[in-house]
Amino acid sequence: MSAALRVEKLQVAFPGEGGPVPVVDDVALQIEPGEVLALVGESGCGKSMTALACMRLVPRPGRIESGAIEVAGRSILELSVPEMRALRGASISMIFQEPMTSLNPVVAVGRQVTEAVHLHERVSKAAARARALDLFEKVGIPDPADRLDAYAHQLSGGLKQRVMIAMALATVPSVLIADEPTTALDVTIQAQILELLREVQREFEVAILLITHDLGVVNELADRVAVMYAGKIVEEGTRMDVLGGGRHPYTQGLMRSMPGLVSPGERLNEIPGVVPPPAEWPVGCRFTSRCPRAMPRCPDVPPGPTALDSEHRAWCHAVAEEVA
Amino acid sequence: MLAYVIRRLGYGVIVVLGVLLFLFILFFTVASPDDVARRALGEKALPEVIEQWKANHGYDRPLWPWQDFSNNMLFEHYRRMLTFDFGRSDADDALITERLRQGVGPSLALTVPLFVVGISVGIVLSLFVALFRETYIDRLGVLLCVGGMSVSILLYIMGGQLLVGIWLRWFPISGFDPDPAVVGRFLALPLLIAVMSGIGGDVRFYRTVFVEETSRDYVRTARAKGAGEIRVMIFHVLRNALIPVLTRVVLAIPFLFMGSLLLESFFGIPGLGAITVDAINGNDFSTLRTMVFIGALLFVVGQIATDVSYALVDPRVRFE
Amino acid sequence: MLEPHIASNLIVLVLFGAGIGVGIFVRRNRLWREAFGELWRRRPVAIVVVLVYVVLALLDSVSWVGGVAVGEDVVSAYKARSLLDRAFADVQEASYSAPLAGAEFYGGALLDHPGRHLLGTDILGRDVLYLTLKGARVALLIGGLTSLIAIPLALLLGVSAGYYGGRIDDAVFFLMSTLASIPGLLLLIALIMAMGKSTLSVCIALGVTSWVGLCRVTRGETLKLRELDYVQAARALGVSEPRILVRHILPNLMHLVIITFVLMFSGLVLSEAILSWLGIGVDGSWGQMIDQARDELSRDPLIWWNVFAAGSALFGLLLAVNFVGDALRDILAPRTLREEP
Repeated sequence: MSAALRVEKLQVAFPGEGGPVPVVDDVALQIEPGEVLALVGESGCGKSMTALACMRLVPRPGRIESGAIEVAGRSILELSVPEMRALRGASISMIFQEPMTSLNPVVAVGRQVTEAVHLHERVSKAAARARALDLFEKVGIPDPADRLDAYAHQLSGGLKQRVMIAMALATVPSVLIADEPTTALDVTIQAQILELLREVQREFEVAILLITHDLGVVNELADRVAVMYAGKIVEEGTRMDVLGGGRHPYTQGLMRSMPGLVSPGERLNEIPGVVPPPAEWPVGCRFTSRCPRAMPRCPDVPPGPTALDSEHRAWCHAVAEEVA
Repeated sequence: MLAYVIRRLGYGVIVVLGVLLFLFILFFTVASPDDVARRALGEKALPEVIEQWKANHGYDRPLWPWQDFSNNMLFEHYRRMLTFDFGRSDADDALITERLRQGVGPSLALTVPLFVVGISVGIVLSLFVALFRETYIDRLGVLLCVGGMSVSILLYIMGGQLLVGIWLRWFPISGFDPDPAVVGRFLALPLLIAVMSGIGGDVRFYRTVFVEETSRDYVRTARAKGAGEIRVMIFHVLRNALIPVLTRVVLAIPFLFMGSLLLESFFGIPGLGAITVDAINGNDFSTLRTMVFIGALLFVVGQIATDVSYALVDPRVRFE
Repeated sequence: MLEPHIASNLIVLVLFGAGIGVGIFVRRNRLWREAFGELWRRRPVAIVVVLVYVVLALLDSVSWVGGVAVGEDVVSAYKARSLLDRAFADVQEASYSAPLAGAEFYGGALLDHPGRHLLGTDILGRDVLYLTLKGARVALLIGGLTSLIAIPLALLLGVSAGYYGGRIDDAVFFLMSTLASIPGLLLLIALIMAMGKSTLSVCIALGVTSWVGLCRVTRGETLKLRELDYVQAARALGVSEPRILVRHILPNLMHLVIITFVLMFSGLVLSEAILSWLGIGVDGSWGQMIDQARDELSRDPLIWWNVFAAGSALFGLLLAVNFVGDALRDILAPRTLREEP
């Protein structure tokens, strides 16, 4: 069975003062059907851009420079624009961070869901509406029949996000990308939406690429985790591997700075410094300037992957030395 | 909704009363009846002649209620304006209402086609430019718009008359004949020129609205669903963009009646605008007063209509 | 009362002083310095063009009495003449002549100063280039004087309405609605007819019709600023209200004022052109020149240099001002000042 989503050697660059800046640098990932992969990192590390690249929606002036992306076994980077459009929303869907502004305010939400259906399948309006109603029920929207004709501003944040999820699942895609789906919601609603995504994963067997900076969310939902920093993946593995036994200094730093993952009474750690701008990226490991275990060779030699377990890998010279 | 409309109407009435007060102050205090008489009769007129003129034209009573409660100009002013009893022109004694009636037809004949054509062309052009935003088409478009806006409408009129009327001889450069068979020929040139001069400002405004809407999140969602650029523009962006556009459009409707002062004078179209210009040239204050009042009244109506239509079109306002 | 030309000279001095003051302020204040640096980077040509017009206006604003009389006109030695006047002294002809011509347009009689008129002469024989250059002063005067009337008024009313709210807000809002309900051109006409036709009444009329837009914006901004934490803190500390207004609120409105002024400018000048055409504009403006050109164009052969000169000068200034205004808006207030319907 082929992977639902496979990304290899992806390069996404934006034009910059000294030449194109690779905001996504040689990124590779793979998600099986029914699996949830969490892509974790600080703001600006390139995780959202990776997601947009998978949809081929990288905003101008950025562009996908090279690499390969396969959705359900089909390579998408060579597709023509109409072919890609046929895929978008059908085989691969995306939900966004801000449900408040991601829905069209002057069109009824039911209509926006049926639009997702009509764009890809030839069904009657009644059939599409029935499908929308069914989806609304599945995503847990109360009074679904009434809500179909409601407008976005009449719904709470949580309900809006449920509508977004319904819209994304309307055509039963192979891959669902969720870009910070709970960041803009209240904590109690967050839990509900995560629960919903878990059900969706089970029922629709859809592969989910979960973009987030919140390790708590990762802990709730993810099967596997990939950690990104300054455009590169620095560690990946199962949830237990990374959250329980992360070896990369950045991952460890993140763990120690999350209130939920630190025992009460212990001090919260902070990773000193800030993410350096692209102009200051060294040739080697980009975390060097903030790394407590930096070695002389770190800024000059990019670290290769070090296998730590069957699925667990880290890109770090210090870790490589430990293992050797 | 109904409560909202009634509130708006109520406020509109208050504003109209305020406008009348302002007009009164302007036309009876800043320019006193003596001034008006002198302008009509000449600086050297004898005091008796002035008094007689004032009596004839109804300017001889005290101005304010506190001078004489039962018989003063303020109440007269309000009473007559609000009952549309506009009286006679200060310049030639003609009945103002009659003149208005004659002028409405030609004014509408010009402004209604102008309105329709102007908006259609404006929206289509700006949709086109917005579709190609950030490309050289867009930049060229914006440049042309700013350039077009910097040229005075006077130059458009004179240039247009010269080019189309005299050198190319496509249309007559002025005049008006209400006969439906030929009226088009006389209106073609002013229409063309008016659309050309207004397009710069319109397209720039619409383009801003469209471009802003296009960068919104819900457009990104639509694209993520697989919608093409054209569908995004027409189904998603246009619906949202039309809301501010509608404000501007509905507001312009009352002015259809007023006609364009400049176009009508330049092209010899005997509409309401021409009447106003004649009033200026003839120092005809009573006609001028009337025209300003009507203009304001129509404007207030337009604003109310805009607010109401806004409520009808935008579900966020409708379901409050 | 001051002689007009002495008043004019004094104003130029004041402007220079103000200009130097502003220059010092901008150099010291990083935000403004960066903003203007950015503006210069984006629109150098437009800024230079505007400066050229400003210089021309200044040249025509500095005048004194005395010097050599103009040709046979002995009285002229006792009239105040500006630098521009003196530069163009003694180039009078009798009537129309084409640009750089040697003879009169109608009749062909030899000119007194053949080939001296770059843009020809008008019906009274005055050099058209000279008239056009003088128009710069009029245009800037219209824009400047009107803004001097409209902006303080708008600020005063807008800030009061926004800051104090309540009855004052209602009153100001009512005033705005009433004035805004009268279509602009009609209101202009009404005001000028009532006040009598003069430069001052034109400027006052233009001021009355333009303050509402800025007032609305300042009211909105003041409402927002009033709720900011540091303003609340100042109030809690017992800082007197006028002081709060001057030190905290006003400086934060300056960018809006500047943008509004620049963008309003072209509208004002265009409006004056229309007023001139209607016969109630300002003497010596480009609008008036264009108005006079109206019947010149229907002659055969037509006389084009008058309208060409005034129209181009008008276009040039407005285009430059519009470009600068647009860039200024993008730099200073990219989100706040989207175009209002």
